[in-house]
Amino acid sequence: MSFRENHELHKRRFGRNLGLGLVLAGLVALVFGLTVVKVTTDDFRMLTDEQEIR
Amino acid sequence: MSDASLETAPPASAACDDDAGFGDFFALLKPRVMTLVVFTALVGLLAAPVAVHPVVGLAAILFIAVGGGAAGALNMWWESDIDAAMKRTAKRPIPAGRVTRDEAFAFGMTLAAMSVVMLWLATNALAAAILAFTIFFYVVIYTMGLKRWTPQNIVIGGAAGAFPPMIGWAAATGSISVESVLMFGLIFLWTPPHFWALALFMRGDYDTAGVPMLTVTHGRRSTRRHILGYTVVLAVMAVGAAFTGIGGPVYLAVALVFNAAFLRDAVAIWRRDEAQAEADNFRVEKHAFRLSLWYLFAHFAAILAEATLAGFGLGGFGMGIWS
Repeated sequence: MSFRENHELHKRRFGRNLGLGLVLAGLVALVFGLTVVKVTTDDFRMLTDEQEIR
Repeated sequence: MSDASLETAPPASAACDDDAGFGDFFALLKPRVMTLVVFTALVGLLAAPVAVHPVVGLAAILFIAVGGGAAGALNMWWESDIDAAMKRTAKRPIPAGRVTRDEAFAFGMTLAAMSVVMLWLATNALAAAILAFTIFFYVVIYTMGLKRWTPQNIVIGGAAGAFPPMIGWAAATGSISVESVLMFGLIFLWTPPHFWALALFMRGDYDTAGVPMLTVTHGRRSTRRHILGYTVVLAVMAVGAAFTGIGGPVYLAVALVFNAAFLRDAVAIWRRDEAQAEADNFRVEKHAFRLSLWYLFAHFAAILAEATLAGFGLGGFGMGIWS
């Protein structure tokens, strides 16, 4: 069984799909970065320290 | 597949021409307006007296820009009839037939909701609330309500464009202050003379679209008076801001130079009549419009310069009225 040739729609929308993919990848990276920053800030540390003391 | 369907099927190249690309959806965000939003929001964020982590700052600016873009997309969704009638906007994705109105609405609403929630998570509730209000104000109050009803549309609509530095400031500090209100006022008062200068030499477009611009409803003489009036008030506020927490000697020098130049153009516009303007193809009006772009950029660049100098213990007068 062989792969069929790409549908014309896939070729036509390649640029749009690639752009969307890159935007979503960027969003994931940004949210990951934000999460790292938030959990390493002093406020978050103080909160977890207090919880540990209890 | 029948022969008939083969004959009636549109050629692939025709479909390709009409299909929305990534750039069409990006164009819905009004990227040129977005540059102003990004720049002024960035200045608001950096001029604030609270340091923000670079990743949080980047996220804040990005989500403010996306929120502004979402408002732009919703504006294009509602105004596709006006856009189709005006030469300047007829090639936008909806009037050009590359994006449907429903697609633009879904795109705008999704981005609006996402930007507000993400700004809240990244910074604080106040910044997110001002962003949400800005989108609501621009889309519902201005686009759906006032733009087609009142010749003061530009004045009121200008408020939507004036919020980004306040959002940036709120993202950093979690509050509203005199400084952030002054940055709001700078854009708010700058918008009417900027757009009315444009309306004086792009008159055909607004007449065709049926938008009640001041030039159409109150006449061009009245518009010239309004430009001068707003520019005088703007100059007083812009120079006065030099003596607040966001000002200083650098800002004062920039404000004096640019307000003198803008006032000179406003007076020239006020003194001219239509015959003189048409004789030189609206040279002064076009000059005032171009200058107004540099005016806003220079003022916010000067605020940024003062904030940068303050980081080294320089800048400012050390006697801010409200600082």
